[in-house]
Amino acid sequence: MSKTCKQGEWVEVHYVVLTPEERSPDVPEDTKKVPLECWVKGWALSSGTVGEPIEIRTPANRVVKGTLTRVNPGYTHSFGPSVPELLPVGQELRAMLKEDE
Amino acid sequence: MSRDLSYNAVMARRGEIMKKALGLEYDEFIQSDIAFDYEGMMEKAGYSLEEVREIQKQSGVGNTPLLELTNITKLVRKTSKKGYGAKILLKDEAANPSGSFKDRRASVSVYHAKKLGYPGVLAATSGNYGAAVASQANMADLGCIVVQEVFDSRRVGQPEIIEKSRKCEAYGAEVIQLTVGPELFYVSLLLLEETGYFNASLYSPFAISGVETLGYELVEQTRARYGKDPAYVVVTHAGGGNVTGTARGVRKAGANSKIIGASVDLTGLHMASDDDFNKKSFTTGHTGFGVPFATWPDRTDVPKNAARPLRYLDRYVLVTQGEVFYVTEALAQVEGLERGPAGNTSLAAAIALARELPEDEIVVVQETEYTGAGKHPQAQLDFARRNGVEVMRGEPKQNVPGKVIAIPEEFSQLTFTEVDLDRMKTSYIRNAVTRNNVARVTQEELEFLAEDTNSTPEFVSSVLQNLGVQV
Repeated sequence: MSKTCKQGEWVEVHYVVLTPEERSPDVPEDTKKVPLECWVKGWALSSGTVGEPIEIRTPANRVVKGTLTRVNPGYTHSFGPSVPELLPVGQELRAMLKEDE
Repeated sequence: MSRDLSYNAVMARRGEIMKKALGLEYDEFIQSDIAFDYEGMMEKAGYSLEEVREIQKQSGVGNTPLLELTNITKLVRKTSKKGYGAKILLKDEAANPSGSFKDRRASVSVYHAKKLGYPGVLAATSGNYGAAVASQANMADLGCIVVQEVFDSRRVGQPEIIEKSRKCEAYGAEVIQLTVGPELFYVSLLLLEETGYFNASLYSPFAISGVETLGYELVEQTRARYGKDPAYVVVTHAGGGNVTGTARGVRKAGANSKIIGASVDLTGLHMASDDDFNKKSFTTGHTGFGVPFATWPDRTDVPKNAARPLRYLDRYVLVTQGEVFYVTEALAQVEGLERGPAGNTSLAAAIALARELPEDEIVVVQETEYTGAGKHPQAQLDFARRNGVEVMRGEPKQNVPGKVIAIPEEFSQLTFTEVDLDRMKTSYIRNAVTRNNVARVTQEELEFLAEDTNSTPEFVSSVLQNLGVQV
């Protein structure tokens, strides 16, 4: 992935919304130790480098300032590998349907 | 004009922000701290069933097929006592434009926002509702922002939620991806203030009236094809809107079907915990929403929640994560329907519930949802394993939320755990009293509590007495 972006490129930025001290008193202990963070995507308003501050224009036409994290960000989630515990279920149920037929 | 954007300052003006973002005056329905005119609010602020049907016709929502699950019904009968095993029907809500019943909720909210002249809509949700609002907003040519809770502090996210972010972005919505925490509400308030967008809350009267058509249609379709009403309508229960809207629609169609809520049991996992966040293998349809939202509905982003499940639930049952994954696989393998997984929570429960009824009865499972990368048993079980959860074949009782997922070894093992609704009703009454800090309730409030818990004034009185609250 490119480490730099040109003005007008689709990018992702990150910023801290609330530091641990600023968080709601209602959050559990483990959550209270970490900040509330945010990632949002939009079009770069200038050229930039990953890890450096930048401003973007979001799809809802807002200007957001943050640290550049990704250029042309995509998705890598998948259907995952086969799960041995699930694989036999179809055959088992079909065999059951065929009993006494 | 510069506003104070700190957490405390924004939360302090939440009432003002919400009012502007909903265009709805709740004050006229509020009778006291405890009581409000629920039916009055639904009638005046929501839309009639006929209006909703028209709105949804215009936006391609609803009129989804009702499918008979022939092979699953056969399997149910093979594992029931002789003469038992009701026919199971499935309302294929995945056929809605964005792939879930949430389009019904979104369609009315977006219609209302457009009518009132808002420039866009905002939804705070990590579920299918985000995509539904984004899709409907595009049809209405409105802007859209979706605020989601996606990652833990390591920036690891459930594949199911990542997919939901992707789908919103595919529709061109702005997606705000946050780490774990209830301050998602604070971020939403900030954005509503900044953009002047409509709050497409899941819990407004608009959203709930949008679901009524689902209940109405399923009764109409069952009657037309089988000449009778469903004995049971099984509803996946999370925030309460699915149960409330569906039940209202079923009643409006004149059916007395039992309304049975079903959730995945995630007891013991804290919803706002950074550590527990990725130990869940279901991100909705579970007890982490189902129990708190039923026992205290007014915890949401609106002054009075239109989703009030205790009014409508005849029973509430729990199933395990392993059972829902098993049933998701069964639905694909013997019925040829790749759907869910989370939407199949009610199907898992319906299989065991159908065994209680004679063969000539009907059980309707009222939703499916689309399947995609990440939103799939393989992706979620793989993720569970990588987060230290053991995946095995075993009996449902071997499931331990966050530790063990047991995929049933046999179809006959599918079961459910019945939740004591009286305990939930008691808990609701306790919340109503303690959260409003009242030492005595009026006769009017007592009647409201009875109505809101679908119980009797005697039941409410005895609970209040135990709490030391005077009437």
